Parts: sequence; structure tokens; C-alpha cells
Amino acid sequence: MSNLDYVLHLADNAVVLGQRNAEWCGHGPVLEEDIAMANNSLDLIGQARMLYQYAATLKNDGSTEDSLAYFREDKDFKNYTLLELPHHGALVGYAVDNRDYAVTIVRNFLYSAFMALAWEKLQNSKDEHLAAIAAKSLKEVRYHLRHSHDWLIRFGDGTEESNTRAQNALNHLMPYTQEFWTACAYESHAVEAGVGVSTGQIKSDWKTLVGNTLAEAKLKLPSSQGFVTTGKHGAHSEHLSFLLNEMQSLARAHPEGVW
Amino acid sequence: MTSTLQIQQSDVVNNVWNALDVLTDPEIPVITLREMGIIRDVELLPDNTVVVVITPTYSGCPAMEQIHDDVRCAVKALGLQVEVKTQLAPAWTTDWMTDLAKDKLKAYGIAPPNRQCGTPAQQESVMHFMRKPLHTEIAVECPHCGSSHTFESSRFGSTACKALYKCLDCQEPFDYFKPY
Repeated sequence: MSNLDYVLHLADNAVVLGQRNAEWCGHGPVLEEDIAMANNSLDLIGQARMLYQYAATLKNDGSTEDSLAYFREDKDFKNYTLLELPHHGALVGYAVDNRDYAVTIVRNFLYSAFMALAWEKLQNSKDEHLAAIAAKSLKEVRYHLRHSHDWLIRFGDGTEESNTRAQNALNHLMPYTQEFWTACAYESHAVEAGVGVSTGQIKSDWKTLVGNTLAEAKLKLPSSQGFVTTGKHGAHSEHLSFLLNEMQSLARAHPEGVW
Repeated sequence: MTSTLQIQQSDVVNNVWNALDVLTDPEIPVITLREMGIIRDVELLPDNTVVVVITPTYSGCPAMEQIHDDVRCAVKALGLQVEVKTQLAPAWTTDWMTDLAKDKLKAYGIAPPNRQCGTPAQQESVMHFMRKPLHTEIAVECPHCGSSHTFESSRFGSTACKALYKCLDCQEPFDYFKPY
């Protein structure tokens, strides 16, 4: 067993959240945030490219970064379910509501706090290529963390409306973070090989970081109990297929098309 | 004793560096790629292929493709075989930007990075990073009037590498090249 699946897991996380956040491009709540989210997506898609390029070399079967991003099915994606959810609260099935920036900020905060700690550890990965990608991504995710952290405090410690929305977003998203801590086979394999990060090792730092920020933001730490999602195993929510359909449609309509 | 062959080889490498020295950053046309620290190395292989090593600034920087092409064309124009290699480690940092480049940035209206990022080992850990209150940060000087009385209007600016600032004295908005 190679570490291919582990690298794909990291790549899929980055590309799915990058695609999700890019939905704000041209629709941001204010101009500065529109630009911020476009930049955030650009970083994530850049990280995904480096990881897919590396995965393609591991796969060594003629795959390319494009074939991995655009020509795999939803069940082949190994991203956390948290990252594919739309920018609004839970609804029945795949019903759609307006985007809520509080959901965007809360998710970016929970995920970048996790990845800032994970990339920091992955810098010491035995896999030199992955370590180099980690060092590069760490700088970017720290910036994402700072951005979402500051906004979360502004929302939580803001108006009644902004506090309510931030709290609702937290209540909605927190249970999905359980998936960070349950190891699956390819993760355990990567950890044993000294290539991957054992998420158990960063759990208490993550909890402290989240707890301190929520206290500062005057938000309540919601329960993170309940159903543990399984996106990283390839069993996703109904939202991923729609997201991929949009992301992959151009490449599939014009296979091997070039500019 | 230096052989004629070695002299010829170093001439080729020098010529390549000279040709690369005119290439500028596609987004910031006043700074060369070398001053930015994007071009890391030029090497001549025994088969006379020139290898140019470049490193990406931000991972999603859309200018990288353009930079890749510019480098390839500049070396090809010398009649040489060229291979452009992208190298990730060590990760690019604004610390590699030369002082001359920082002066040029300022003259162009972009505030240069105001601090060193240090080696990864010296960097603050994430936890410290979060606890650090915002007001302890070093003030960013306005590239137009030199005032330190400025504020960050957006953490993200016109490109991935910049933040958007405003000067409270001359009232001009300006780009700030983030320490990275």
C-alpha cells in the first residue's frame, strides 16, 4: 500500500473547499471579502495542484493533476464531508438557501485551525515531497486562520444578528469535525510510515485554539456528538456530487482541451 | 588550473543569468524575477542543456505559468536547450527579496515587507501567532508620504502576495507586500 490515498485525501480537501469558497467570487458580502475569498480559494487550489501533481507521480499510470481533479467520480473523493457542505445551514435533502457568510467563516476557521496544526507536523514528514508542500501550505493556511479567526470574533462579539448566525453556524458544523479524529486505513498506514500526521496528536491543541477563540468571540462551544461523517472514506453527503458536477463539467465537455 | 572548458561553461551560465536579469514579475513590472528570489539557480548539464530552477511564491499564483514561459523563451532565444524546473523546498519567502527590490517596490507605490520571516524553526508557532494581539504589529509605512499612520483595510489584496492598506495622513490607499 502506497501513500497515494493519503495524498489524494489532502488534495481533495483542498480542491473541494477551494471550489466551495470560490462560489463567493463576484458575490462577496463586501468587496474586500470577495477578494479575500478569491485569494483563499486560489491558495487552496494551488495546494491541490501541488498535491495532485505529486499523486500523479505516485500513481504512475499516466494520470495527471487534471485527470485526478476532473475525471474521478464523487465516491473516489476522500475529502472531509465538512468541506463539501453548502454555505448555509442544514436543510432537507439538497434544498438550497442563500449563502450565509457566517457558515463560510466558521468552516474556514475550524478547518484552517486544524490544517495549521497538521501542516506544521507534516513539515517533518519522512516523505520529502510532502514535507515541502506542507512548508509552503503552512504559510498560507496561517493567513487563512488569521482571517477567519478575526471575522469570527467580529461576528460573535458583534450584533445580536451576527452572534446568532455565527452560533447557528457553529452548532451546525461542529459535529462534522468529529471526522478529523477518526483514523481510516490509509491514514493509519501513512502515520505508521512516518509520512502522515496522527490527528490524535493535534487534537488537544486544536481544542484549545477553538475554545480560546470562541471565548473571545463570546460564542458557546456546541456539542460535537452524534453521527460521524464518512467523506474521507468516499461516502459523502448529497452535496458533493453537485459541487463536482459544476467543477468538472467544462473539462468533461471538452476532454483534453487546451487553451 | 581552470580549463578552457570550465571557462566556457561559466560563460554560458553568465550569459543565461544576463538574459534572465531582464525578466520582470508579470504582476509587478519594476522588479526582476531574480530580485524577487523566484529564480533560484542556473546550471549547465554535460549535454549543454541549461536547467533553470524556479520556486513558486504562493502555491496558487497564476503568474507562475507566465514566469515559466518567460524563462524558457529567454534561454531559448540564446540558442540553448532549456529545462525549467520548479522546486518547492525551501519554500519561497519575502526574506529573499533584495534591498534594491524593496526600494523599487516602494518607488512603484507598493509598501515592501516590513519584517523578516526567519527560518521555519524561528517562526512563531500557530498558538503564539493566535494569541498575539493585533496592536503589537509593526506599522506599515505609506509608500506615498512615508507616514506610519496607516491601517489594514483588507488582509487580502489585488494579488495573493499583497494586502490592502490605507494611509490615514495622505488618505491614499496602497498595496502592501506581505511578509511571507
